[in-house]
Amino acid sequence: MKPKSGQVVAAVHDRLDRDASTDGGHRPPLQQVSRRDFLRVSALSGGGLVIGYLLPGQTFAQAAANLLDDTAKQFTPNPFIKITPENIITILAKNPETGQGVKTSLPMIVAEELDADFNAIVVEQAGLRGDVGPQFAGGSRSTPDNYMRLRIAGATARVMLVEAAAQIWGVSADQLTTEKGRVIHSATGRSATYGELATKAATLPIPDEKTVRLKREGEFRVMGSRVGGVDNPAIVTGKPLFGIDQVLPGMVYAAYEKCPVYGGKVISANTERIKKLPGVLDCFVLEGTENPNGLKPGVAIVATSTWPAFSAKQKLNVEWDESAGAGHGTEAYAAQAAAAARTGGKNVRTDGDVAAAFASAAKTVEAEYHYPFLNHATLEPQGCTAWAKEDGGIEFWTTSQTPGSGQDLVANTLKIPKEKLKLNFVRGGGGFGRRLANDYMAEAAAIALRTGGRPVKLTWTREDDMRHDCYHRPAGYHFLKGAVDAAGRLTAWQNHFVTFGFKNTERPGGGGDLSPDELPARFVPNFRLDQTILSTMIPSGPLRAPRSNGLAFVFQGFIDELAHAAGRDPVAFRLELLGEDRKVAPDGGRQGVPYDTGRMKGVLRLAAEKSGWGAPLPKGEGRGIAFHFSHSGYVAMVAHVAVEQDGTLTVKEFICASDVGPIINFSGAENQVEGSVMDGLGAIWLQEMTFDEGRAVQSNFHDFPLLRINAAPKVAVHFLQSDNPPTGLGEPPYPVVMPAVCNAIFAACGKRIRHWPIIKSDLSWS
Amino acid sequence: MPAYTLKINGQAHTIDVAADTPLLWALRDHLGLVGTKYGCGMGLCGACTVHLNGVPVRSCQTPVSAVGNTPVTTIEGLDPAGRHPLQKTWCDHDVPQCGYCQSGQIMTAAALLKQTPNPTDADIDAAMAGNLCRCGTYVRIRAAIKDAASLTAQGGAR
Repeated sequence: MKPKSGQVVAAVHDRLDRDASTDGGHRPPLQQVSRRDFLRVSALSGGGLVIGYLLPGQTFAQAAANLLDDTAKQFTPNPFIKITPENIITILAKNPETGQGVKTSLPMIVAEELDADFNAIVVEQAGLRGDVGPQFAGGSRSTPDNYMRLRIAGATARVMLVEAAAQIWGVSADQLTTEKGRVIHSATGRSATYGELATKAATLPIPDEKTVRLKREGEFRVMGSRVGGVDNPAIVTGKPLFGIDQVLPGMVYAAYEKCPVYGGKVISANTERIKKLPGVLDCFVLEGTENPNGLKPGVAIVATSTWPAFSAKQKLNVEWDESAGAGHGTEAYAAQAAAAARTGGKNVRTDGDVAAAFASAAKTVEAEYHYPFLNHATLEPQGCTAWAKEDGGIEFWTTSQTPGSGQDLVANTLKIPKEKLKLNFVRGGGGFGRRLANDYMAEAAAIALRTGGRPVKLTWTREDDMRHDCYHRPAGYHFLKGAVDAAGRLTAWQNHFVTFGFKNTERPGGGGDLSPDELPARFVPNFRLDQTILSTMIPSGPLRAPRSNGLAFVFQGFIDELAHAAGRDPVAFRLELLGEDRKVAPDGGRQGVPYDTGRMKGVLRLAAEKSGWGAPLPKGEGRGIAFHFSHSGYVAMVAHVAVEQDGTLTVKEFICASDVGPIINFSGAENQVEGSVMDGLGAIWLQEMTFDEGRAVQSNFHDFPLLRINAAPKVAVHFLQSDNPPTGLGEPPYPVVMPAVCNAIFAACGKRIRHWPIIKSDLSWS
Repeated sequence: MPAYTLKINGQAHTIDVAADTPLLWALRDHLGLVGTKYGCGMGLCGACTVHLNGVPVRSCQTPVSAVGNTPVTTIEGLDPAGRHPLQKTWCDHDVPQCGYCQSGQIMTAAALLKQTPNPTDADIDAAMAGNLCRCGTYVRIRAAIKDAASLTAQGGAR
């Protein structure tokens, strides 16, 4: 990976104990899964089935597992590790993979302590099971929740393999070392592969995990390297892998039409006519439930393949009860928010005296910020494959981020005992929080009960996916007033936050809450937060970095306004706001992690330094900075943009600095930051979901666009690797992108973006 | 239903489907070639990109009845051994995140390299702008295409 012109990713891995200025572009070589290993990996990982090779009803994964399970001689000290006498080392990937990289990074942790060669192992995707701890992909929790568990699992196996060699060779275990899947006795030059020791190790008692020595920093060989995704070879050759790729013997195909208005019900449908269409096997109404995250009412079409089902869906004629949506729409909400701003909200937090601070301020600034509802829009639309068995159980091939909750949902909805619901995890084409809901699993299950024992693959159309994004990133309105004193310090902050509650005005909906401790609370002496909750029937919920993905845009934008009002440098103003290096605890006995100002200032300084902050730029160009703490991660970014006089915006580069503790897989970590930049930029620049009488107006990528490559900036990714426990990186960078680019636009052309998306603002200047 | 004989990845396949069946669903549901992905059904995302006579097309917008004898190449047939320079550099650069769009990206990029063996950033952006990546792997796509161009120029493959 030699640097060259056109290579747009600069990666620098700074450590606190090393000179942070040694920007050598050092990138350890990317490790690859070899082709031979890929064949093994593919046999185990997909959960798919290749017809022709297998017995009826047997998946590829089962067949492959059986091949490896043919002996009791293998070493399985815990669910995460399996070593056969043939020296096939299999490591379980315990959590669902939707692009966040855990199918690679979590097995790396096991391989590290096992001291296995990561290039020579097989990664096997787990299904839902009871013996590996929580299995979900959300909240950037996979790394922090599993780091120690997986290290201990690997280290325990290593200790047992060493003990096996010690007993076979008649030497003391402390004379032995391990390296790349071998135990070595350097005094005699003897060595054995883990496979050669597996049968003996399997007879040994499992040691108490408290006695197992873990590696120390400096001993890591796998963690902190660059490893390509274990599924990459399958992805680039088009092998069956994703939810939509599952094929089972005798499988039928389903589509499901739901009411375009959330909460709508079926009154009648032309099911008899649909049943007569070519390729259609059945068509029926599912009454559904009231659970907005569950089985919604609708009309199912079962067909011989996908296209007849999709075609028939176009000919469906359904009379819906759409009364739930009456009066609900984006325009009505904007009017309600404006009215709320005039009448005031309920006080949530008061520190000091904002009125006095405004009265004595050198300058005050007032601003109204708004962000819209958003869709998750995973590129693989929702869907699920389900097979109702003769014993009354159902087997699933699911892309769920919360498969355990999916199991509960199906069990409760269809009154099937949980233990009869078997879940295989298959790769999801994007998650972003969408697959935390399991509506598609409930639909597939309900349809599978009506297909006479034939497995069924439910596939949503893109339009289904856009209009039935189970829940949306909620919109929000912020009516702000801030003050700076004569010394240019931020002295007062007042915010009236107007958010949404699901069919109530007491509790904010998912992703619509604002902690009274959210920065700049606790950092400004005079602070007031009021809140109004508007009732909506549009479900809201988590989208990548929930809450933060709207709040950072507002707060880091308004902080920037105040910095400019004070005539201060935006970086210096922020550093002063954060103050001394310290850990700021939550107030009032509230739960939460302390805010480490030193870590945030560290990434703020690093981003500024790497961006050339302060160096002059041509007219019409500007840099903007922003920072945000979420999901235990500290992130700062500098955006560099150019705005032509006619208002054409070019985002030239993002410089990103993150502190999420030690990095496990540099390639995966950089991918998450780079991806967050593109995702956040597409969202703030182009995206909004609007509603009319309870219906989603947008339906596909023409009216809900994603960023395209011709608008993609360069991205430089820097890490400040502190000694803090490692945490996830899927979410923390995302919220920082939006304010960074908006602040850069202001620096370039003097236009302040307070309303999302940018594309609705005129950026022209003269 | 009418029978259509399609030339896919060098082999003839006959399938019985409705005339308006998009090539995408014929490949996925009738021929077991699931590397070509469904993303939007409107030609907006590029996940379904295949080659018709070497030209990248959206298979979701291409009815089976319009294909005729034109040879179709899918991601599965891009290289018999799965070692097209782009397949190699896509792994070298660890391009995929979720990976769902990547077969479409690679098919579009392969057509670009055939036409423009040494593309500039601007060439890449122009050719690849029809392929959406929801995870945002664009910087690595650019780098992987450039590396594949170098590999090809060095005679590394093809």
